[in-house]
Amino acid sequence: MSRPKIPRKSTNVDMTAMCDVAFLLLSFFILTTKPKPSEAVHIDPPNSVSAKQAPEKDLVMISLNKDGKVYISTGDGADDKIQKQEIIKSVNAAKGLGLTDQEIALLTKAPFIGSPLAQLKVQAKMDPSQMSSETLQGIPCQDTAHNEMVDWIRGVKDAYAGQHTPNILLKGDNFAKFPVFKNIVGALKKNDLLKFQMVTNPEAAPNGSLLYKAIQSGKLNAAE
Amino acid sequence: MAEMDTSSGGGHKKGPGVKKGKKMSTRVDLTPMVDLGFLLITFFIFTTTMSKPTAFKLNLPADTKNPEEQNKLNDRSALTVMLGKDHNVFYYEGQLADGATNFKSSNFKDIRDEIMQKKAAADSSFMVIIKPNDESTYEDFVKIMDEMKISQIERYALVDITPLEDNLIRITEGEPALPMPAAPAAGKK
Repeated sequence: MSRPKIPRKSTNVDMTAMCDVAFLLLSFFILTTKPKPSEAVHIDPPNSVSAKQAPEKDLVMISLNKDGKVYISTGDGADDKIQKQEIIKSVNAAKGLGLTDQEIALLTKAPFIGSPLAQLKVQAKMDPSQMSSETLQGIPCQDTAHNEMVDWIRGVKDAYAGQHTPNILLKGDNFAKFPVFKNIVGALKKNDLLKFQMVTNPEAAPNGSLLYKAIQSGKLNAAE
Repeated sequence: MAEMDTSSGGGHKKGPGVKKGKKMSTRVDLTPMVDLGFLLITFFIFTTTMSKPTAFKLNLPADTKNPEEQNKLNDRSALTVMLGKDHNVFYYEGQLADGATNFKSSNFKDIRDEIMQKKAAADSSFMVIIKPNDESTYEDFVKIMDEMKISQIERYALVDITPLEDNLIRITEGEPALPMPAAPAAGKK
């Protein structure tokens, strides 16, 4: 009995389809990745073992750069923009700054607020692309007697009054000095906002430490 | 799509003598391109997940004006960690002794072992008191908070540094000591 002849087939697989898939995925990932928002204020946050993701909604971000300048901003969502306007309105009313509606709208559009209260009008006139840590002097918060952060945090509290509490994020630079941080915390405390989060870069728990063992044994979820 | 004109490739049988008119296949090998595609995908996946910032949660206690309501510390079970400039760390156990004999300097590498040892030796009321001075950076503060998390210290407190401790740090760092305030000194909070 002769074996039926098996036709010799090429071992070459057509790669076209796979290539299509690969590039489709590639374009998907590129397009869905949110590019890091361009920062006018450059901040290099410290590392921590905390694995909890920073929230992206309902946030009030307090930035502290390496020169000790303080800036305040909100999230990019539409809701957050409304809150930002509320915050500015509230501070305007409380401190009698006399900002016009147009100036408030301009400040809302600005990526962050980083001027002393007396110079908010100047910042409102600026082009948002011009705003950076060089051109703006930050919110004064260097000494306890003249801490304008207290006013801003009060504005935040008023804007969110009766609603859910905002996620207060503090993003500080590695080289920022501690006293400024202490004053920001003091401003939060004065307004009874006792919960906040510090933005950090993730880091693994060091080998052999108690935290490492707890995560390994499953007792502790790293995300907590 | 990538197959173009392949009909002429396999159709003709070549005789033993026929050598001329070598027909090249127009089929392109797409394997390297697939490799490249997946390489880029992996690259993008890794870089995007890495840069997600995390948040370190911090809950502050409300200030109590009333001294009776404040937590009283067991002297023996407290470790006071102070932060100075240039990432210097200082610590002492219990109360600061006369003449500061138990005031020791350390760094971020060694402080972890020190905390672990103290924690193992102490009872459940073990507490760490953190006192950053005005020269310390935000990074140091986050680092020491991180140490608390790493060593799973549940009780820790952030306390203002006393002028005496601040001066001890300054002297150790080779800085001129600040005048001890009878009245609150300038620049002190």
